[in-house]
Amino acid sequence: MDVTHILPIDFLLDAIGLWVVLGIVGAIAGKYTIWIQRLVFPLSALVSLLLLVISLWALSQPADTLVLPLGLPGLPFHLRLDALSAFFLLLLGAASLGVSLYSASYVRTMDSATRRLFCLEYHLFLASMALLLLADDAYLFLVAWESMALSSYFLVTTDHKIPDIRRAGFIYLLIAHLGALALLLCFGILQGGHGDYTFAALRNAHLSSFWATTAFLLALFGFGAKAGLLPLHVWLPEAHPAAPSPVSALMSGVMLKTAIYGLLRITLDLLHGQHPWEWGALALGMGLTTALFGVAYAAVQSDMKRLLAYSSIENIGILLVGIGLTLLFHTYHLNLLAALSLTATLYHSLNHAFFKSLLFLGTGSVLHATGERNLGKLGGLIHRMPWVAWTVLIGTLAIAGLPPLNGFISEWLLLQAFLFSPRLPHPYLVMMMPVASAALVLAVALAAYVMVKFYGIVFLGQPRETKLAQAHDAGIWERLGLAWLAAGCIFLGLAPALVIPRLDYVTRLLVGDALGSTATRDWLFLTPVLPERASYSPLFFLGVITTVVALTFFAVRRMYHGRLRRSDPWDCGYPQAIQPRMQDTAEGFGQPILQIFEPFFHIEREQPDASLPRPRYREKIEDRLWHLLYRPLIRITDRLSGWIARFQHGRIHLYLLYSFLTLLALLIFVR
Amino acid sequence: MSTWSDTLFQLIQSVLVVTLAPLLLGWINQCRAWLQNRRGAGLLQPYRALHKLFHKEVVLAHHASALFRMTPYIRFGSMWLAAAIVPVLATDLPFSPAADVIALVGIFAFSRVFLALAAMDVGTAFGSLGARREMLVSFLAEPALLMVFFNASLISHSTQLTTIVETLAHHTLTLHPSMAFAAAAFLMVLLAENARIPVDNPATHLELTMIHEAMTLEYSARHLALIEWSSHIKLITYTTLGIALFAPWGIAQAGDWRAAPLAVAALLFKLGLAGAGLALLETLSAKLRLFRAPEFLGTAFLLAVLGLLTYFLRIS
Repeated sequence: MDVTHILPIDFLLDAIGLWVVLGIVGAIAGKYTIWIQRLVFPLSALVSLLLLVISLWALSQPADTLVLPLGLPGLPFHLRLDALSAFFLLLLGAASLGVSLYSASYVRTMDSATRRLFCLEYHLFLASMALLLLADDAYLFLVAWESMALSSYFLVTTDHKIPDIRRAGFIYLLIAHLGALALLLCFGILQGGHGDYTFAALRNAHLSSFWATTAFLLALFGFGAKAGLLPLHVWLPEAHPAAPSPVSALMSGVMLKTAIYGLLRITLDLLHGQHPWEWGALALGMGLTTALFGVAYAAVQSDMKRLLAYSSIENIGILLVGIGLTLLFHTYHLNLLAALSLTATLYHSLNHAFFKSLLFLGTGSVLHATGERNLGKLGGLIHRMPWVAWTVLIGTLAIAGLPPLNGFISEWLLLQAFLFSPRLPHPYLVMMMPVASAALVLAVALAAYVMVKFYGIVFLGQPRETKLAQAHDAGIWERLGLAWLAAGCIFLGLAPALVIPRLDYVTRLLVGDALGSTATRDWLFLTPVLPERASYSPLFFLGVITTVVALTFFAVRRMYHGRLRRSDPWDCGYPQAIQPRMQDTAEGFGQPILQIFEPFFHIEREQPDASLPRPRYREKIEDRLWHLLYRPLIRITDRLSGWIARFQHGRIHLYLLYSFLTLLALLIFVR
Repeated sequence: MSTWSDTLFQLIQSVLVVTLAPLLLGWINQCRAWLQNRRGAGLLQPYRALHKLFHKEVVLAHHASALFRMTPYIRFGSMWLAAAIVPVLATDLPFSPAADVIALVGIFAFSRVFLALAAMDVGTAFGSLGARREMLVSFLAEPALLMVFFNASLISHSTQLTTIVETLAHHTLTLHPSMAFAAAAFLMVLLAENARIPVDNPATHLELTMIHEAMTLEYSARHLALIEWSSHIKLITYTTLGIALFAPWGIAQAGDWRAAPLAVAALLFKLGLAGAGLALLETLSAKLRLFRAPEFLGTAFLLAVLGLLTYFLRIS
């Protein structure tokens, strides 16, 4: 083949193939830790880097298609690489690069059999996500979707000997299948009676508005189940604490985004231009509910991975708000504004991939070094694990939406999009928008609370347990992984002017307009739409603060002095020194939120009798939706199966009687 | 107008705001003393306090990390930036495109998160208590503040403070009912965010009530001085922000040196009035219980959202 005619899609297929090969190699050679550690995972990270570079290149290229001679007879795999796919492949490459580097040292503690399986499934998981993003027919899409679900299920249940983990895996698998079923039905509707399941055919199928809306609702359900949309979020807080940390990082950072990809693909590409405003309003409303719910629950968690899982639910909510806003603007042909909110959504997807992976990997290091997931037993790790602590600090500030890091930029863009909502020609919508933006801001502000709690309790203060004194910092590969993701957060925060022009290819493809040169006319200032309207410059921001900090530091030293003395902290006049147990626990820190949002939660409290010699206070916070939705569902299923079980006695003559009665009935009715 | 002249104007403005900041606090305390029939410590007392603190030797807890030592500088730097963005004397300053109102809220959040983290760093009961309470107050105050800004943004079609102030000051003479709601909400947020009565009491060290003071309990000497000073800057920034949004008359254009004396006079007059008003408010009201604070801030939030709805009712 002529080298000049190799297209990005060929490279991407090679990358996917390489991942599969690496997985198989890992499964065979899993016995040799050093091989896995020094060869398989670093090579896998190199493949991620390749994916990152190629998809960056492919973003600006016209769409490529390819038909693979694989699959069933007469039903080959169709692949297509357009800007949307390229963007999400870029996200996959960027996040998995960090995670694979990190995994290189993570796998060393596993036993041989587990490591083999982990290697295989990890790489199959990556390959199926990449294949999913390239799929150009519903058949391949669902094959990739299911292999992604299955491989991630096996990854979640890596420690399958623990019953809780098996239970978490089961819940995940169940909800994933409910979602897949909805997607199957959705694609069935989308083909519109032609029987052709390639995306090109789906795009041309004309659906009545009823069927289009049904397809949209099914897509929202199916992708919502994967993304953790309310009320299908219940698997997230169970699966994330169960899974090994690199898997949590990939699932939260990348796999949830494949659902966002799917939703964008179906609503804006396959169902192009035929959405009523109710779709956007529905997505917006669900997004806001999910965001507020997720962040309120995150605030009261005491398990650090559960906390991050709920925070992922919040971020998915924010992404859905962005999609909803995009759909609303697009309905009324305000394409530039649709492009603005879509840019915010894509930017936030990328941001979330970076900081959430970083935070999950950070908790992995903490878990590894201390064996504790419970916030109430950690503390003071900034002294023991400086690498992890400082990189996680960057992730924490980023996810809390603080300038000059990346989380702020996407939230800023989204708020700017909200401020354009008066242009919507629908008075009720316009009236609702301020309330919606207020709810979004509330969720974002609460996220800062959650992140202060997370970081402050894990890394700051005094160690709450004596064994924490033995905690060790992360190894070299782990540091590399963490540093890459932290650097990504900083880069995306400081250089939006370099990122947004790349996103323009995607928005032009999906909503027909882009922020274009107005957004980044000046490399220093980010000005979506108009410079008089809004502008923000992270570099300037950082520059001024750094200058003032440096000047103040030297001025204070010069004019006064730099004398410093170490002593004990102030002990309030108590005879004994300060105890670590006097610090806030996770429960204590979350208590105000619990009090304010009490109706949100399902709380079981046991008030102790104060006269007892050792009174114990117990409080259990559960997901309200378990009690409102899932428990009743379980009860109904239980009762139904109880009825059916009555027919089942295990006695042959009864079964013969059933057969006889059935035959009789058939003879009467089906003559 | 040259860029140099603008930059000079910018520098003068920010230095002026930063150096005037303790004076505003001195004035508020003096007014309060007069209202309470006391003689008061004089206008310059905050400067003396800062000077004294800078001279002292830092006493640092044994396991305080670098984060703890960085925070006072970061807080001072971010407050300086906030003060530079607000059009105090003039609009259209060279720094103003660096951040709009949403980014301004972001700057406040940035410095607050650092202070809350530093408070948790030493690991005393008071530190984490203060951090928790501060984050509680702020997660309620921040949305209210943004909603206030959205009110102004919808009228001026911009989140850029310069454009907002120019629109509100020069172009329209109509009254905006939504801005009345916003003003009430802004005042409540100002009191809460600057640790004033009724949400927090800056004069107390009683553990049941303190918020801001609990966070800074472990700080001493130059660190404490910088934190105190940045709190003064925060107060004056909020006050000038209120002036810029709700009483923007007299603010000059950048580089317009002839308008500058008038702008300074107008600023001093308005600051004096605002300080006296704050002192009166603090004398007349009592501190709320901590769990009444969410209600207080919830009211501010609702007022601001009501303002937005009023705006839409008017245009539709």
